[in-house]
Amino acid sequence: MRQLTYTAAINEAMHIAMKTDDKLLCYGLGTDDPKNIFGTTLDLQKKFGAHRVFDMPTSENAMTGVAVGLALGGYPSVMSHQRLDFFLLAMDQLVNSAAKWHYMFGGQYNVPIVIRLILGRGWGQGPTHSQNLQSWFAHIPGLKVISPTSAYDAKGLLLSSIRDPNPIVFLEHRWLHNSVSEVPDLDYEIPIGKAKVVQQGTDISLVGMSYMTVEAMRAAAYLSQFNVNCEVIDIRTIRPLDVDTIFDSVRKTKRILALDTSQPMCSVASEIISRVSGHLFSQLKSAPQLIANPDNPEPTSFGLTKYYHPTAGDIVARVASMLAIKIPAMPESMRPHDVPGDWFKGPF
Amino acid sequence: MNITNKDNINLYYEMLRIRMIEEAIATHYANQKMRTPVHLSIGQEAAAVASGFALRKTDYAVSSHRAHAHYLAKGGNLNAMIAEIHGKVTGCCRGRGGSMHLIDPSVGFMGSTAIVGNTIPIGVGLGLSLQLNQDNRICCIYLGDGAIEEGVFYESLNFAVLKKLPILFICENNLYSVYTPLHKRQPLNRKIHEMVAAIGAKTALVTEGYDVLACVDALQDMSAYVRSGNGVGFVEIYTYRYREHCGPNYDNDIGYRHIAEYESWLAKDSISLFQKKLIQEKIINPDELEKITSKIKAEIECAFEFAEKSVFPDKIEATSGEYAKKIQEEVICVN
Repeated sequence: MRQLTYTAAINEAMHIAMKTDDKLLCYGLGTDDPKNIFGTTLDLQKKFGAHRVFDMPTSENAMTGVAVGLALGGYPSVMSHQRLDFFLLAMDQLVNSAAKWHYMFGGQYNVPIVIRLILGRGWGQGPTHSQNLQSWFAHIPGLKVISPTSAYDAKGLLLSSIRDPNPIVFLEHRWLHNSVSEVPDLDYEIPIGKAKVVQQGTDISLVGMSYMTVEAMRAAAYLSQFNVNCEVIDIRTIRPLDVDTIFDSVRKTKRILALDTSQPMCSVASEIISRVSGHLFSQLKSAPQLIANPDNPEPTSFGLTKYYHPTAGDIVARVASMLAIKIPAMPESMRPHDVPGDWFKGPF
Repeated sequence: MNITNKDNINLYYEMLRIRMIEEAIATHYANQKMRTPVHLSIGQEAAAVASGFALRKTDYAVSSHRAHAHYLAKGGNLNAMIAEIHGKVTGCCRGRGGSMHLIDPSVGFMGSTAIVGNTIPIGVGLGLSLQLNQDNRICCIYLGDGAIEEGVFYESLNFAVLKKLPILFICENNLYSVYTPLHKRQPLNRKIHEMVAAIGAKTALVTEGYDVLACVDALQDMSAYVRSGNGVGFVEIYTYRYREHCGPNYDNDIGYRHIAEYESWLAKDSISLFQKKLIQEKIINPDELEKITSKIKAEIECAFEFAEKSVFPDKIEATSGEYAKKIQEEVICVN
């Protein structure tokens, strides 16, 4: 089947969505600039016109409110931000308006908005260009939080997000943008709130999200050489969380290691551990664990990030300790630790 | 401005109606049946009623925490408002919003919210939807002097001016943000309407905001300007709230404003002045005034009876209603 990058899959989903709903609008800083938000908004303005696809002022809060008003006036939107960290300026409109409007006004109005936020790690992004704040958004009733890992899921989840009547925070990890998977050219949707079992296994459940699913797959491949069969789950949707798929997996493997792309305090991984502990405590063969970033801001220096981000090697070591077996340390990757691959030369 | 006798009587009626509704809320408040904060507009009715006169039912409007007068002036349903403040299922938000969250889409009142400045960009978005529709409706954004200090006001105004949106800002400057006077919050010599003009909106100032006809004059002109596709209009109106920032009582005793200031505004009370004028000019006679008052009184009694007889929402509503449900369509679903 045809292969596409994650960014091309996002772009294709946007073209399909704009074509199938002539009220849908698309905007964000850089939407029609020469770089087209990492290529994700390529040709949208050319095809659908400047009244539906437009650049915007650097006004994250107001523009989120504008999206709410547009939704009330019959126009759903996809708004994109090249860095999640800037979107923190929009918390009033996200939390007090978008997330609440449907509930607060007695269910009379829906607020269909998709807010695409790109987040990441490494290559000197530092403390305020690298935050993975999925747990902030996941805490807010009324929001749905999506975090696809593969190009295939990115397209299908973006289409279902755009067609969902609720406000959605759609998180794209920059390190996944150039990853490739099979992507049908169909108009297809992937259900929100459904995790994916990426690899079946029997010994331990590795529950990942976003880029950490990639590290989990690397670890699982290495561990298989030592007869350790990992089940790898990609949660895909963070709120509402598909606990059933996680529980089914843990009932089978009796062990869980949750993998987060952020810091551990009040994290999505700690939520998963809490739910599993509350429901399946007596079935667990070892204490449920999580791997997350250290609990301090992300450093900028190349000399420091090496010791900051968890990798497949950390997952391997933790699995060995949970299974109480000895496994040789995983060889380090040949590429520099702070880039997703040779394609990434910076700056952001 | 062409104001008929009938218009004059209507303006008086609407101001008195809002005043009497608000006073009824204040009177009933001690019964502990309205268990939610209220921000009364008593003293500020002229601006609200004038805006209701200048706007059409099909125009959009959004407002802030002190929204009773705006909602009523736009034609919002009284029973649904009083029931909402009582937390009843018949309220305009099914009891989920309370006094600070009023909505009546049937008259274009698209919502008021509790956070200062919060509905400003939402009104701008509604304005953009009207521009995209290419219809000749406009969106009115009610705000106060405090909201001018929020960053989102600048962001929203900038975007509205940039896109030349059909938006009418009505800024009721009542001199206080809670208990903090304007001069502690904004430089003395900088006028709100002048700053807004510098950003690119067409502006007007009504210093005698207690004079309903002065308000009508300014708002009719500005709404016509906006409706003709000229872009953003902004009218600043000086006004004054008589009662406490939040709640049914008076708060002059706590010492944040001078009693002389309060009394000077009270002496220019919009409703008393306008009543005197209508009688002097023989537009209305005392009998008719009496009839108007009794009619409003009866309507208010009915509204409170409706609210008190209405039931609370079912307990299931305390733990549900988070998401809007999708209307199912044929799509290819894969996993």
